[in-house]
Amino acid sequence: MTQDEINEMLKSSAPGVVVNDEKPVRKSGFRSWLDGENDILYSHLKMKRSYEDHIKKEPTPMEHNIEKAKVRYAVYDIANNRELKIFRWVYRIAAILFCVALALALTFTVSYLPPVGDPGTPANSSEVVKRYVENGLGETGATNIVSGIILTYRAFDTFGETNVLFIATCCVMCMLLIDEKVLKGGADTDSKYEPKKDDILQITAKVLCPIIFIFGIYIILNGQLSPGGGFSGGAIMGAGLILFVSAFGFKTTQKFFNETVYKIAKITALCMYGLIGSYFYITGANGIANHIPLGIPGHILSGGIILPIDIAVGIEVACTMYAFYALFRRGGL
Amino acid sequence: MNNSLFMYILLAILIVCAISVTFSKNLLNSVLIFMAYSLVMSIVWVIIESPDLAITEAAVGAGVTSILFFVTLKKIHGVLNNPEEEGESVEDDIENMESSEEKEDIT
Repeated sequence: MTQDEINEMLKSSAPGVVVNDEKPVRKSGFRSWLDGENDILYSHLKMKRSYEDHIKKEPTPMEHNIEKAKVRYAVYDIANNRELKIFRWVYRIAAILFCVALALALTFTVSYLPPVGDPGTPANSSEVVKRYVENGLGETGATNIVSGIILTYRAFDTFGETNVLFIATCCVMCMLLIDEKVLKGGADTDSKYEPKKDDILQITAKVLCPIIFIFGIYIILNGQLSPGGGFSGGAIMGAGLILFVSAFGFKTTQKFFNETVYKIAKITALCMYGLIGSYFYITGANGIANHIPLGIPGHILSGGIILPIDIAVGIEVACTMYAFYALFRRGGL
Repeated sequence: MNNSLFMYILLAILIVCAISVTFSKNLLNSVLIFMAYSLVMSIVWVIIESPDLAITEAAVGAGVTSILFFVTLKKIHGVLNNPEEEGESVEDDIENMESSEEKEDIT
């Protein structure tokens, strides 16, 4: 950008300034004549515009941009600085080369992956997998082998993941939570400027929300029998809660789900998971008799510790999803 | 044969979506394309026989993540400003400004 261009921008940015050689801005003729802007003496005399004053009070975004352009021009001098030009070119070419090289390397790696469902893959032929597949049903009581593995053999890993979710919400709360008194005093949130009652959204939510909740609960309770489990079901329930909130507003939701309920549900779920998991680990690892009955595989009350852990994870995840949305949106639950 | 053809179509859609997310200049469009990507991905998960991942992908990838993106875009006022229109010319902006302020004057 040269100095002349900036001058032009400056000129055109302040339309109220009288510049004799400037051509008048033509609007529809009759209208501007009615408004008293267009005159025979236009290029010599000009009526003072009413908005001229409050333009100068606050810099408009455009003026801000021009200011930035001027600063950038002064600092970088893009047109004349050769080193900067060369650096920019090298930077671009290096970025493109790096991306292409990364893409090639990844594609090359993918060509080494075994085909899906191949019996000879390392995942299928390893010792651990054989053991899980052969003894999984007998030892965990879950017909859904994935749930059986992640919630009994590897319950400790899943406990870590649930903790990650808990800590993530805590961090978001630290950053975004606004005091309830400030919120009630009319904090400047975007929800103020939104339509309060949207008929389409509310009727859709009335029809969909129960179905979504029932589907989520079904997936959580059937974690040991069918695909799904705590995380998927919890995510679905969280999505349902978000739909409910966006349709009916935070006031309606707070009647049954406020910060107290949130805290109690979340901490209870996490502690329940920790207790069940540690009980299972201590008894299992020391060869003490495990007092949780496995049940008959295929029944809903089967799978030993899988069902209670699924419920705990489901509550945890649903609360997390809803809390993320509420904190991003309103700054409070 | 039929199944694999369907799979190839889905994979092609995935690639097109992934590329167009990066090239779309409107952030709102990017999020919408990302949402479509997640939905197609969940169908792919079903086809390669991992339905639990499909459920999670549809709920988290297409649902919750996109909503969080929308809320963030709204917070940073990324929905109203169209970057393509914004940077085009200063004169257009001036005209817009004048006309909007004229309306204010009339009312």
